This record gives sequence, C-alpha cells and structure tokens, in this order.
Amino acid sequence: MSAIVLKQVVKSYRVESVEVQALRGVDLEIRSRCLTAIAGPSGSGKTTLLNVMGCIDRADRGELTVDGTPVDELADDLLSDFRAARLGFIFQSFNLIPVLTAYENIEYPLRLTGVAAPKRRERVLAMLDAVGLSAHARHRPGQLSGGQQQRVAIARALAAAPRVILADEPTANLDSHTGAAIIELMRQMQREHGVSIVICSHDAQVIAAADDAVFIRDGQVESVQRSASI
Amino acid sequence: MTFALAVRNLERNRRRSITTLAAIVVGAVAILLFGGYTRNIKYGMQMGFVRSSGHLQIQHKDYFLYGSGNPAAYGIVDYQHVMDVVRHDPVLAPMLTVVTPTLQLGGIAGNFAAGVSRTVIATGSDVAGQNELRKWNDFGFEGTPPPLALTGTPANAAVVGEGVARVLQLCGPLQVPDCAAPQDSSRRTPTRIGPTTRDVEPASNSLPPDLAALSNSEAAASPHPRDIRIELLAATAQGAPNVASLSVIKAESQAVKDLDDIYVALHLSQAQRLIYGRDPPQVTAIIVQLHHTSQIPAARARLQQLLDTTLKGQPLEVHDYETLNPYYGQTVGFFAAIFGFISILIGVIVLFTVGNTMSMAVVERTPEIGTLRAIGVRRSGIRKMFMIEGMLLGLAGSVLGIVVALGLAFLINHGGITWTPPGRVDAVSLTVRVWGEPAPMIGVVIALTCVTLVSSWIPSRRGARINIVSALRHA
Repeated sequence: MSAIVLKQVVKSYRVESVEVQALRGVDLEIRSRCLTAIAGPSGSGKTTLLNVMGCIDRADRGELTVDGTPVDELADDLLSDFRAARLGFIFQSFNLIPVLTAYENIEYPLRLTGVAAPKRRERVLAMLDAVGLSAHARHRPGQLSGGQQQRVAIARALAAAPRVILADEPTANLDSHTGAAIIELMRQMQREHGVSIVICSHDAQVIAAADDAVFIRDGQVESVQRSASI
Repeated sequence: MTFALAVRNLERNRRRSITTLAAIVVGAVAILLFGGYTRNIKYGMQMGFVRSSGHLQIQHKDYFLYGSGNPAAYGIVDYQHVMDVVRHDPVLAPMLTVVTPTLQLGGIAGNFAAGVSRTVIATGSDVAGQNELRKWNDFGFEGTPPPLALTGTPANAAVVGEGVARVLQLCGPLQVPDCAAPQDSSRRTPTRIGPTTRDVEPASNSLPPDLAALSNSEAAASPHPRDIRIELLAATAQGAPNVASLSVIKAESQAVKDLDDIYVALHLSQAQRLIYGRDPPQVTAIIVQLHHTSQIPAARARLQQLLDTTLKGQPLEVHDYETLNPYYGQTVGFFAAIFGFISILIGVIVLFTVGNTMSMAVVERTPEIGTLRAIGVRRSGIRKMFMIEGMLLGLAGSVLGIVVALGLAFLINHGGITWTPPGRVDAVSLTVRVWGEPAPMIGVVIALTCVTLVSSWIPSRRGARINIVSALRHA
C-alpha cells in the first residue's frame, strides 16, 4: 500500500487580486517505508504539495489518500485526530513549543493520542535516547542549539508512531555539518521505525540520501526518480 | 497539558500578565470595598430601625395608611392579650427577643411660660421594652446604645426633639447646643397664653382660649414649679380635648429635621391616660423583634395565622420594618444602584483589559497555534487553551483582590476614621465589611472569572480559526 496517493490535485491561492496556481493536477504516489525527497525551485509548489499531503491544507480539486484513508472529505476535527495519530511534522524553524521542555514537547503528541502515562514516559525517554538528548530532557527549546532543537522535533514527530512524517526544509536553518547529521538521523529513524518520510528540500544532501526523489516545477510533477533497492 | 501550557504561557510575558492581573485586582478591591461600605450602611440602618420599631409590628387594620396620629380610631383593644398570645406561641417564641407595645398620637405641645406651641407626634413607649429592643445587635456592631433617656424617670417625664425644644424656646433650660434664637425679635417675646393674648405661633398652632386656660391650670397644679414643663394637648378617644403636663428631661436630636421638629417621647402609661383617660388603655402597635432578620417570613406567616384564628376578634395586620420605614428601602436601593453602576464599569474595564491581553497573546503565538494544529490539536483545544489563560487571570486576580481588600478593610476599620451616616446624629467608625462576608467574595470571584472568560472568548475563537498554513508562515 502506498503511503500517500494524489490524483489530479489542484490548489490555487489568491494573492491580492491575482490567482496563483500552486498545484496543477498533481498525480503522485509516495511509497511506504521510503524516504522521499520533493525537490524543485522556489515557487514550484513543493511546500504547497507537502502541506496538502500533510492534511494541513486542503486541495481545491482532486483526490488525496493518506495511509489508505481518503482525507478529502474529513471534517476539521476528524482531520486533526487523523494528523495526531498518523502523521508527524518536522519544520524548518523547528517549531517547538517554547514553554515546554524537550521532554514535554516530545510527550505532547502522545497526550493528544491518549497514551497512558507510564507508556508515555517510556516512549519519551526512548525517543530522547534515540536522538541523543537524554541529558537535555528538562531543557526548554531556548536552552538548546538549532541542531538539538531539530532532534527534539524529530523525536516529537516520531513519538506517536505515525505512519508518515512530513518535513519541510528540515536542514535549511542548520549549518551543513549539523544538517548532514540531521539527515542521517532521519534516515536512521526511518529505517528503525519503518515510517514513510517525505522531505521537501532543495538540499543536494537530502536528495542524495532519499530513496525516491520527486522533482516539481510550476505546480506539476516533472519527474520521479525511484531507487530500485527498496 | 492544556492547563500547564496556559499557566506557562501566562508566565512567559510576565509584565503583561502582571499588568492585567493588577487591573483585575484593583477591580475586585474596588467592588469588595465599596460593597463592604454599602453593606455596613445597610446593616447600620437596619439595626437602627429594628432597634426602634422592631422587625414586625401588629397594627389595627388600615392604621399604617390612614390612622397615623389617630389612636382613638385605630387602637388595639386588649393589647395585653394579643401580646400574651404572641409571646407564648410555641412557633413564635423561639424566634422572639422582644414584644412591646407603643402608642403614637398627634397633638399640640405648648410651653406655658413662653406662650408658644407647635404640633407634634408623640410616642408613648414601655421603657423597659424599648431598652430591650435597643440591645439587638445581629450584625456585631461595636458598642451598645445607652438606655432611653426616659429610663427611671417619673411617669410624666418627656423627651423632645431639638427642633421642638427650639420652637418651644426650651433650648436654654435644656442646654441644647447651637440653638440660636429667632432673628425676628417680635417672635422672641414670650407671650403668656391666655384669653386676652395673641400666640406667637401662627394661628393654626395657637391654643384656643379655653384650652389655654386648661393648660394654665395644669401648669399651676404642678408639684415642681421649677421643672421644665410643656403641655401636650390631644383629643381623647371620645373626641374631647385633654392636656397632659409633661416634665421635659432632655432634648434629643433626631437627625432628620422633619422628625426633630415634631418628636416627643413619653411613657406609655402617660400617653394612654391622655388619650383613653379612665377607659381601658389601647396601643397603636405591638412591636415584635426577632433574633434574626431572616426569620421575618416565618414569623410573619405565623403571626398572620394567629391573627386569622386565635386573634380574629379584631381587625389586625402585620407590617415588616421595610414597609414601616420606606426610607430604608430607598437608601438600600440607591446604594445598590451605585454599586451596580460601579461593578458594571469595573467589569467593562476588566473585559477590555483581558480582551486586549488575550488578543496580543493570540497574535504573538500565531506560529505556535499553527504548530499545535498541525500536530493534531483541534480548534476547540486552541480555544480551550486561551480560555483557560483568561480564566486563570480572572481567578488569580479576584483571589488576590480578596486578599488585598481584606488587608485594606482591616486598615480602614482600625484607622480610627469616623463619619456621620445619613439618618444618624452621632459619628460612627468608618467600617468596611469584607471579612466574614463570604457571599460577596465568592460573587466577585465568579463574576470576574466570568468576565475574563467572556473577554477571552473572541480572541480564543479567532486563534482557533487561524489557517494552519498561514499561521506556520509566521514562524
């Protein structure tokens, strides 16, 4: 089963009085348990595509199936619950909740999905250990470096054991060394947890590390390169 | 987690949270202090009325509306029996503190020596009963009032209002302070009342010659010619004029000039002799005082039951102190209106202050809202988070306000500040009743928390409706 399937997805924005066609009939299949990179020049529509796949933006037309669930018609609350249970997000600016500690940030999605306290604790500690931040559990985001914050964000994205993780330019705010480490970590986590990761990036390191690479231009899929080894 | 998040978000922008909290605290303090002040006035007035006229009065039917000053037509016959029935009723007895009779009559008081007179309303009281009435102190006011000036005095003793003393030119002998003689010298000349002289008072107040002669003879018969004496003329039950010679022992200010100018107090027996002569004495009201004001409905219902059964021999009715003293209700209503206005004003200020704070919080935390929504928080979760923040501000502010108000009230109550409330002659301590009044405190907490919830509602709704993608763009 594919992680995400898009059929003739159209999305347009109105900027002042001008209508901008961000996605023009996108047909795409994201494979399960793969790390997929979406690449393209600025304004090509890759972030819009990621937002639509992440169910935080709705397509104007077309069909979207995520983890086997057609999500187009889901009401807002059901869509929120769906995101909490099945999807994880990693953002360019890390987007951690500044008033929560690293531990609590990772714990938050588990609370949303109603995981019991002992299991929650076990899971959070395991995730902190996996991203190498056990010693920073009580630190708030402001007390962590950019790389550490992104590690916490990765742990948070994986905490609730989602089926798909969507990452928007996760290395853009990091130096190349830290960025490489983050990509390596994501790759490692993807393999360990058997999760599908879709990364939107024009970072060559990311594209190189990906199983599949989707190239998008002017709101349309230009090409898809799939690794045969999967 | 939503609660913890709300608490921490309040800590995040401490200065703004403290400023908002301060507005709520000031609002709570203002409401509690002003409420405590008006409550003290209300209790003080209630105490004054209950100490003088009881909680309830049994009167002859229609006396209250039509019979004032006409004890002959509206007297209660066999009032001792009525009082005995009330006192010994098993339902009423546990509620009662005092049951005492009173007789009010209208008449003309004249100063024989100065040749002046004026119309008065005289009240005949059972001194022992009145002194018992004055002990009532359900609200814990400091100090006890002195006994009636008539206590231990002869049967013909009387107390007059300072206004009566002034008009009857008794200020000097009664040592009334600040009692200037009239400017018009022609009115200062004492003129003996008699068949050939003109009274110095207007014609309506002057004694007819035959009554003046009666008055003169009463005065001449006085065993104590050096007493300060007045003559009280009233119509007897048979309609004939009667005069009582009274020994004025004191002039007392009655605070309200209209009352001060007509007030005469005398012993009940004297008043009854004046009106009923040798006939069986009557009274115009039986004063019933209860342990607590809250017992009025039960006591009233029982009294009505007795009037309809055991005492149905004569037409009687029951009135409570609020009906008997409309000034009480007017004053309480007046202060309630001011209190309501101030409360609404404070509520509006808190509403806008908290609303502004929450609006700024929503704007500042837009990326966070986007993140939370993206990871699966529902719109209602976002709404709840901001509403909890508002509610916490309201709760903390009002609880802190209670603490500050209690402290300020303590300082005010022990600061030795005095004032003279309306309707009183003596200065009293400025007291603000906050301590021991849980209802207003709970009310303030509930009201201000509700106000903050309402003011958080619009910003929280706006925050919850933010488009996720747009919100994330602010990061």
